[in-house]
Amino acid sequence: MNIFVCVKQVPDTETKVIPTGDKSYIETSSIKWIMNPYDEYAVEQALLVKAANSDSTITIVRVGAVKSTEAVRTAMAMGADESILVQCDQPLDSYMTAKAIKGAIEKSGKTPDLIFTGKQAIDDDCLQVPGLLAHMLGIPSVSVVTVFEMNGDTLTLKKDSEGGSKEVYEVKAPVLIACNKGLNTPRYASLPGIMKAKKKPLTTLTLADVGVDENDRKVKYSDFQLPPEKPPGKKFDAMDEGEQASVVGNVVGLLRNEAKVI
Amino acid sequence: MAKILVLAERAGDGVKNVTLEILGKVTGHEVEVVMFHSPSDEAKKSLAEYGAGKIHLIKGGGLEQYSPEGYTNALSDFIKGGNYDYFFSGATSAGKDMVPRLAAVFDAGMASEVTNFIFDGDNFSGTRPMFAGKCLAKVELSGSKPHFITVRPNALGLPEQTTAGKGEFVEGSVNSGDIRAVIKEIIKGASEKLDLTEANIIVSGGRAMKDRANFNILEELADTVGATVGASRAAVDSGYADHSMQVGQTGKTVSPTLYIACGISGAIQHLAGMRTSKVIVAINTDADAPIFTKADYGIVGDLFKIVPILNEELKKIL
Repeated sequence: MNIFVCVKQVPDTETKVIPTGDKSYIETSSIKWIMNPYDEYAVEQALLVKAANSDSTITIVRVGAVKSTEAVRTAMAMGADESILVQCDQPLDSYMTAKAIKGAIEKSGKTPDLIFTGKQAIDDDCLQVPGLLAHMLGIPSVSVVTVFEMNGDTLTLKKDSEGGSKEVYEVKAPVLIACNKGLNTPRYASLPGIMKAKKKPLTTLTLADVGVDENDRKVKYSDFQLPPEKPPGKKFDAMDEGEQASVVGNVVGLLRNEAKVI
Repeated sequence: MAKILVLAERAGDGVKNVTLEILGKVTGHEVEVVMFHSPSDEAKKSLAEYGAGKIHLIKGGGLEQYSPEGYTNALSDFIKGGNYDYFFSGATSAGKDMVPRLAAVFDAGMASEVTNFIFDGDNFSGTRPMFAGKCLAKVELSGSKPHFITVRPNALGLPEQTTAGKGEFVEGSVNSGDIRAVIKEIIKGASEKLDLTEANIIVSGGRAMKDRANFNILEELADTVGATVGASRAAVDSGYADHSMQVGQTGKTVSPTLYIACGISGAIQHLAGMRTSKVIVAINTDADAPIFTKADYGIVGDLFKIVPILNEELKKIL
């Protein structure tokens, strides 16, 4: 079985975001890069499928402007077999990213049976690539998946829907699955795994290799700025039990009469 | 004047609030609405009141129930002949799932989850949060039309004044194509409350909740004010709450009118996900907790003491 996992490298969740002087993007010089957290569930699920289907290969695909190979090395250290890295100079929009991944999969010469992605990347939060890629490849997709069961080529997938409800999908491979937190518990890369990963194949491609150029850009971002700061609020001390009722009464009054939200 | 199609999603007998928010914002353009479910008279009335010139009901095989492929195929079939410049949907569960596929059908640009937008003549220009709301960016679309946009619920707000449209009701058949990923069953959530992303009020608990059972006191408060209950990553990772309740960069980004944070210290990734809430109340024993820097009203105190009192006080006036 040919399994592909798409990973993205994103700033660590603790990162303090600072727009660049020309507001064209954010400062990236001192950022700690990590694998997109949702992609860890995608890698783990691919490894679980491979454990049950030993003739499988797991290929990691990453498209990105950041040169460090943190995300693909982590994925291979967790156990993926090989990686394709499509390098670019500028951040791409979702359409270009999906088209580049499609090109990379085609270049690999393997026909995908399963494609795993994270449900979203936590940097641009577009949630577009899974749907775009699935449509470009002509395969179905199920997003925000928290339960995965596979019986032969039939998959039963549970998708988180509104208000904590779940949609149960039945679908046959090939299919793209966008993974959510809760699907599994991603393993940590072991030291031997990290050593082995250094010897695993890593193919580097350019955008031209995968048939993507600036004419494919459909979304333009500009004017990056910090959200406006709120003026300081009012803070009341209610550690003392005798104060609690009056403080709470006061805040309720403010919510009703000043903020007018209840 | 741009020609705009808005997907109207059903909510009870009416339509989702975000549909009306979008309609209120695109007033002045040629606006039509498309629906998959037969609208009630009440829904038709409010769609017209908010500016819908036409209300299209589309029907086809397999469309009784949502599926990403069925809805995408049906909408692309419908949109093809319509000369639309823009397609808008709420960034709802279905909208987030389906609109990227729909944009792919047209090889068109899509702006995800904008929180505001303007039209300069016929050209769309939006604002959207990036990095879970740690910063904002301007987003513009180019290439062939229609362009696709999803709008975050509760971000635009309802207009103070509306310009009514004719609300002409039109039924039509569409081809829903080949549906391979099919929903076999929908498992209802424990609560029937609004999704966090659409909730008007959210009561959220953090690590200081100490136990899953303690979320009961937040549920009680939520019932009093009509809120949905959320949680911080610390609470979810400690097993006190389900991930579907998580607010923050690796959970849901929310912008309710009122956000009540109980026992949440305010990690940067949590603040990113809720800072656009209109009014924030924080309850925490640590007077230096970062959550207080974002709170309009901070109460330094023990949530197990404060929340029940708050519940009783609110019951008196609601």
